[in-house]
Amino acid sequence: MAELNTGGGGGGGKHGKKRAKKLSTRVDMTPMVDLAFLLLTFFVLTATFNKPKVMELNFPFDKETPDEPISEVRNGLTIIATGKDKIYYYSGSLGKTEKLEATDYTANGLRKLLVDRNRDVVEQIRALGQKAQKTNMADSTFKREMVKIQSIPDALVVLIKNDDKATYKNIIDIVDELNITKVGRFVVVDELDPKEKVMLADATKLNP
Amino acid sequence: MDMTPMVDLAFLLVTFFMLTASFREAEPVVVDTPTSIAEDMLPDNVLQVTIDNNGRVFFGMAGFEVRRSTMKAVADQYNIKFTPDEYQKFGGISMFGLDIRQMSQYLELSSGEREKAQSAGIPYDSTNNQLMHWVDFGRRAAAVDMQRRKQEAKERNQPFKDEGLRYAIKADGKAPYDKVKKVIQIFKDLNIYRFNMITNIEDEPKI
Repeated sequence: MAELNTGGGGGGGKHGKKRAKKLSTRVDMTPMVDLAFLLLTFFVLTATFNKPKVMELNFPFDKETPDEPISEVRNGLTIIATGKDKIYYYSGSLGKTEKLEATDYTANGLRKLLVDRNRDVVEQIRALGQKAQKTNMADSTFKREMVKIQSIPDALVVLIKNDDKATYKNIIDIVDELNITKVGRFVVVDELDPKEKVMLADATKLNP
Repeated sequence: MDMTPMVDLAFLLVTFFMLTASFREAEPVVVDTPTSIAEDMLPDNVLQVTIDNNGRVFFGMAGFEVRRSTMKAVADQYNIKFTPDEYQKFGGISMFGLDIRQMSQYLELSSGEREKAQSAGIPYDSTNNQLMHWVDFGRRAAAVDMQRRKQEAKERNQPFKDEGLRYAIKADGKAPYDKVKKVIQIFKDLNIYRFNMITNIEDEPKI
């Protein structure tokens, strides 16, 4: 155990005076060391878990740049979040859509839908993940490859919309599901189209 | 057994962690954030807007100097005069949520009273968009501060890492999304499109 150095000290005068018997200066440091380790543990733990986690989210520019033609979307999905934790969706373009389908936030609802619709990408990324494990691929390489897969022509493209009853949690949950199912191209859009509003009203009447 | 080196090391580490620890500052409102699988850490240099479940908005920034000069700029905008003492006090407040016209009264309170005080949130509707000014001037103050730190680093021949200001949104899961959208629109009007949404962590499910 750590102890104070008691050795050395003056050699005493030539005329050696008689001195009182030296008391031991050893101090029991165990409690102090205990406390030190306690503090150490505390600070180590708080230092690591202190920082909140964040999800990065990009929003689109308000004005589309018209000189860049929008490439045709082959596999599009529009998700509309509404109150009571309900989700409605339709595929492809709005013009050809007659009514909305309903789903929910469970693993068998939205996630299953997204995985089914994004099967190619999910399969390829799974294969990439296995390859990465075998070959010790660098994280940055893995991410780059993943982004490449996510932007193949058949990859799912998702528009997220909401009506005035949706909560913030609903939107974050949807974005989270998209991250889980590796959908790389999605955007949170501002306004519901008038036709979507009508369809949404019809759909909510059917599923109260 | 001689434990001296181990104890030395333990104290060294204690000292290190104590000095580097930054304690989470008291927030004026409790917010229950939704969960996500995101694992990125919140950057250090952030401008944070907190939205509670009623849609009240709070504003916070990192850095004493930055906060002080932001408040100066916003006060000028609204033709309000504060004493140097009040600026000093404001610099120490990491997050607040009230009309700048009530700031004087708020700053008079002791820090204990401030925690208990009910804030009405920063106004952010189109007729009285104070939040927009806070974000705008906050961004500028952060840019000025970064230049200053860069200059200092240059004078001392130290390397300088430009972290850049990030924008974090911490909203309650039950907040209506339209309110959040309104806040995001304010950022978008200032040409800010990338956000860090603060969420609680959850395990990534297998698909």
